This record gives sequence, C-alpha cells and structure tokens, in this order.
Amino acid sequence: MAPVVLLRAAVATTGRFPALAGVDLELGQGEVVVLEGANGAGKTSVLRACAGLLPLSAGEATVLGHDLRRDAAAVRRAVGLLGHSPALYDDLTVAENLRFSLRAAGAPAAGRAELLGLLERTGLGGRVAATAAGRLSAGQRRRLGLAVVVGRAPMLWLLDEPHAGLDAEGRTLLEGVLAEALAAGASALVASHEPEVVVPLADRVLTMGGGRVVRSRRGGRRRVLAGGAHVA
Amino acid sequence: MWRDAVLVAGKDLRIELRSRVVLHQVLPFGVLVLLLFAFALGPEHGPLRQAAPGLFWLAVLFAGVLAVQRSVAVEGGEGTRDGLRLSGLDPAGIFLGKTVAVVVELLVLEAVLAAGVLLLFGAGVRSAGLLVLASLAGTAGMAAIGTLYGSLSAGLRVRETLLPLLALPVLAPVLVAGTRAWQLGLGTGPSGGSGPWVAMLLVFAAVYLALGVLVFGPLQESA
Amino acid sequence: MSAPAPPSPARRPPRRALVGASGLAGAVGLGVTVWLGLWVTPPDVHQRDLVRLLYIHPPIAWVALYLAFGLAGVASLLWLWPRTRARLWDRLAASAMEVGVVFTALTLLTGMLWGRPTWGVWWVWDARLTSTALLLVMQLGYLALRRVPADPDARARRSAVAALVAAVDVPIVHFSVDWWHTLHQPGTVLNPELDAKVHGAMAWTLLLGFVSVTLVFVWLLAERYRIEALADEAADAGLEAALEERWAEAGATAQAQAPAGVGS
Repeated sequence: MAPVVLLRAAVATTGRFPALAGVDLELGQGEVVVLEGANGAGKTSVLRACAGLLPLSAGEATVLGHDLRRDAAAVRRAVGLLGHSPALYDDLTVAENLRFSLRAAGAPAAGRAELLGLLERTGLGGRVAATAAGRLSAGQRRRLGLAVVVGRAPMLWLLDEPHAGLDAEGRTLLEGVLAEALAAGASALVASHEPEVVVPLADRVLTMGGGRVVRSRRGGRRRVLAGGAHVA
Repeated sequence: MWRDAVLVAGKDLRIELRSRVVLHQVLPFGVLVLLLFAFALGPEHGPLRQAAPGLFWLAVLFAGVLAVQRSVAVEGGEGTRDGLRLSGLDPAGIFLGKTVAVVVELLVLEAVLAAGVLLLFGAGVRSAGLLVLASLAGTAGMAAIGTLYGSLSAGLRVRETLLPLLALPVLAPVLVAGTRAWQLGLGTGPSGGSGPWVAMLLVFAAVYLALGVLVFGPLQESA
Repeated sequence: MSAPAPPSPARRPPRRALVGASGLAGAVGLGVTVWLGLWVTPPDVHQRDLVRLLYIHPPIAWVALYLAFGLAGVASLLWLWPRTRARLWDRLAASAMEVGVVFTALTLLTGMLWGRPTWGVWWVWDARLTSTALLLVMQLGYLALRRVPADPDARARRSAVAALVAAVDVPIVHFSVDWWHTLHQPGTVLNPELDAKVHGAMAWTLLLGFVSVTLVFVWLLAERYRIEALADEAADAGLEAALEERWAEAGATAQAQAPAGVGS
C-alpha cells in the first residue's frame, strides 16, 4: 500500500533560508510518527510542507496520493492541520467559527446537531459556544482548532505541539479523538517538544536537526495489528 | 464557486455586523472627507455643487481603500491566512465573496455620502436611476480591484502603504467615469450622453471581476 | 514551481556582443538624430523650431507606453500561464518595467517641454499627458511591490498579477481620459495624413529617432536582464551555501544524538 506521506530529499526555503534541507520521510497508513528536535530544526516546516502550505523547491513529495508539487490545493483540502495558532475569526462566536470552517471544507458533519455534539465533546458547549472567539483563552482556542480538525475528519492529521496550552482534561480529549481517528484509518504526524507525552503515542520517533531527519527510533505505541484488531 | 462565494460574503458581513468597523469608523471618515472638502473649497454652494460629483467619488475612493484594508485585516489574523488556504474554499469563490461583502458595505456608505452631498452641498437630483446604476457598477469595479490588490499585499508588512499606491491609479477610470455619470445625474456639469460613462464603469467591473476569478487561485499559492 | 532556469546570458559571448552592438548603434543613431533634428531639418511652418522636439518625443513615448509596458504585460502573462512558466519571464517583466519607468519619465519631461511654449504652461490636463502620468505611478507601484523582500516565487506571482492588472487598465485609462478632456494634437506618425505633414528629411529623422531609441531600450533591457539573472545566480549560490551550513548542523545534531542512549 502506498504510504500516506512520502518525502524524498525535500527542500523548502523560507526567504533565502533552507528550512528543509533534504528531508526523507515515510508515513504509512494508520501510523503515528513523532518529530522531535531543537527549535529551528525544521519540525513545523515539515508539517507545513505536508499541508501544502510551504512549497518545495526540490525533491519529491506525495501526500495522500497527491503530488505535492503539482497539486498542493488538493493536499490542503485533504489534510487536517492543528497549528500553533488556529485560524479563527475573533469577531465570530465559537459556534459560527466552527460552522464556517466545516461548511467551507464541505465536511459531512456540518449539520446543527453534529456541530453541537462536536462542541460538547471538545468542552466548548453551552455558554462558551456563543462567546466571541476573540475572548477565548489559549487553551480554548486550541480546543476549537481541534474541533475543526475532528469535524473535517481528515485522513492525515498534522499536529504541531498538540499538547501545548491544553489542561489535563484537554490532553485526554486530544488523545481520545486522535485514537478514534487512527482506529478509523487515519495517520498522524506530530511535532513536539514533550517526548514524555508523545513518545508513548508514537510508532516511530524521528529526530530532526538542520532541516533533515537525522535519526529514527521506535516509539511506545502499542500497534494496531494488520487485521485491525486492537492489541491494547 | 458560487456556494463558496455566498459563504465567504456571509461570513465577512457577519463579522462587520459584529465589529461595526466599517460602520463606526470608515463611514464617519467618508463624511469627514466631505466636510473637509467644503472647508477647502469655501462655504458658497455654487462651487460646492459644481464639485459635488467628484467630491462624492473621491470620498468613496478613500473610504473604499479603508474598507478593503479592513477586509484584508479580517483574514490577516495570525493563522487565518493559512486557514483560508486550508479551508478547501474555491479561490474564485473567496475572491467573489470578499468582493461582494465590500460592495455591500460600500453601497451603504455611498447612500449616506450621497445624502450628505445633497444636503451639505445643495445638489439636486435629475436622474436617480443613473446615480444608482453608476454607483453599483463603479463600486463593483472598485471592490474587485481592492480585493485583488488587498490579497496581493496581504502577507506583506508594508501592505497599508502599498495598497493605496497600487490600487488608486488603476481606479482612475472609475473616478473619471463615475464623476461624469454623477454630473449628468445631478445636472451639475455639461450635458451629454451618459451611455459611454456607464458602459465604461460596467466594462471596468466586468473585466476586473473576470481577472480576479482567474488569477486569485495562483495568487493564493504564494503566501 | 519554477522551471529550470535557462542558461544565463552572462555566459554567452555572442549575445553579449549583439547587445553591445545594439547599444552602440542606438547611441550613434541618437547622435545623428540630434544632429539632423537640430541642424539639418528645416523648422516647421506652424511649430517653428519646436518641431525639433518631435523627433525624440514620439519615439520615447512609443517605447515607454507600448514597448516596455506591453513587454512587461506579455511576460507576466507568460509567467502566470503554468505551461510557459519560467524565471525568464519574471526577469524580463521586471527589467522591462524598470527600464520603462525611465522612458515614461522622459516622455512626461519632453511632453512638458513641448507643452510650455505651445500652450504657455508646463502642465495641461491633456489626455495623453494625464494617462502617461498615471502610467508612471502604476510602474512605480509595481517596482515598490518588487522591492518588498519575499520568496522569489511569491514575488514573481504577485508582480505578475500586479503587472497584468495595470496592463489591462492602460486602454481603459486611455479611453476614460481621452473622453474626459483632450487638447492634444492627434498622433503624428500613426496619422493617415502622414505624408502631408512630415516629409523628406523630417520623416527620415523621425524614423531614425524611432529606431535609435528602440535600440537604446533593447540595450538597457538586455543589460538590466543580465543583472537580474546574475542576482538570481548569486542568490542560488547563497542557497547552496546555506544548504551546506544546514547539513553541517544536521550532522552535529546526529553526532550529539548518537552516543546518548535511547532515553526516556
């Protein structure tokens, strides 16, 4: 089966700086790969490149069956990126933000009942749903960003420091929805500074440095068997 | 494309309803421009009435730049630009939606400014239909140019200063044709046929709406 | 993304010689035009000695308004079209626009010099002067946009769209200002009554003016293009260096990681 993400000698520059200096990376279906490394090692750039936001200047790249260098728009439609600062309109309410994002994506779960369920699930129900997004705390903004990703139900999750800013309950929520998506056949690429939190979730851990992958090791995730049955 | 345009226009107008930035800041600015023109030209109604059509369009143009700046700023929030690119929306739909939202905002503004011109400068209406038609066509062209250049300069730190420099010279034909059409509509200028001027405004709007639909996709690739 | 860049013209001596020749021919041609225009040709019946400015003003205007702007517009379109996209077109558009600014400014200047004795004032809100002034501002806007530091690809994209928007505007501006007010005499050379107005030595001088100014433009354009290509080359070399620096960094990280065991 073709890998979900395949990068071969991928180079990407921001300005004149080579953020990615020849990245080789492969992510299989249902796999969770964690990227670790110092600040500026290129973790976020890998995620942005895989999301079709950072154009590659050299190398090959396929994401979810789309050639990244030819059809970045299709990649952008298909992936779910949870970045440092989720895309929110501060003047709209939480519910309106979620509805706009899901309708824009043509997501199946854009109905009223699904929206309410999603908000409840992410701890943004009730009064919070009618609050302007600009008034949310950082943790709540992350939750709203997470709700958008869950609602879009992407086959590839790109998570940038997913635990940052989330409280214990939020972290449980994050890991819960991620596990569900994985069970449904999705894959995930996670950039993080907190190995103690993410390594147990990972099949593989890649260390990045200088815009390249310099080392690979096994993570602590209990694999889902090929047949689909949970080992855990 | 049309579905996405409706979605984006609805979103932008809802944001305006909530934040009232155009209503509470841009609209008063437009009225202020009219007052300042009066101060510059003197208190007699004669010259003011003569100049009314041009002053109206100049005020609309300046306020229009601000309205477009606001429309860009709405998407300029940290992460929001990426959000729009990741949204799955058709770029042409985004362009049309944002343009329509700016048009609606500017039409409200123009209604108030038109009332101001009639009241403050003592102008009378000869052909209301012509005034409305010219405003609609001129505003559509203006909003199309604004949205196009707004998106072009969106990611740049110098966008506030760059946008007027890019947009205003291109909008000169709207100013010329809009002013001539309004002179005929208000009966203040030399008489003549309004056909060419209205046609020019319509052609301008059509050309730039079409161009925007075509190039907005490639433009979004760079950010 | 950008197609492989064509081989740099900097490394092609034959073309360089051609460029130099066009510059030289243009300069000589201009010199002869000035000589013919000032000493050989007779003064005009109506315009007297003022007619001598007309050997140089229309050629400059032709280069500024049609050649430079048209070239920038077409090159931008070719860049935007995915099949023909190449850095060549971006460089060409940028060079044409930048050299064009000089010619547009000269068009305005010579136009005003002609206007002062003809109309008695330096500036008249005449259709062609006004649209040329607008054009100058548009060109300055384009150059300002290019100045903004950005990714080469992003800059090319933005610039191409801006040039296209401006280029499409040129005919609309022309018509609007033309209908708005016109005092200018009708075009001299594109006029059907050409033979009746300009003849003999005057026609030849004007023709020479057109050819020389065009050659000078071609020379400036080629040189400007070469600078742009060299700048691109330098940037690419800088990128290579930056990549190697980045690899060294990667190597250091790998070394630091290797002995340290599989922690946590």
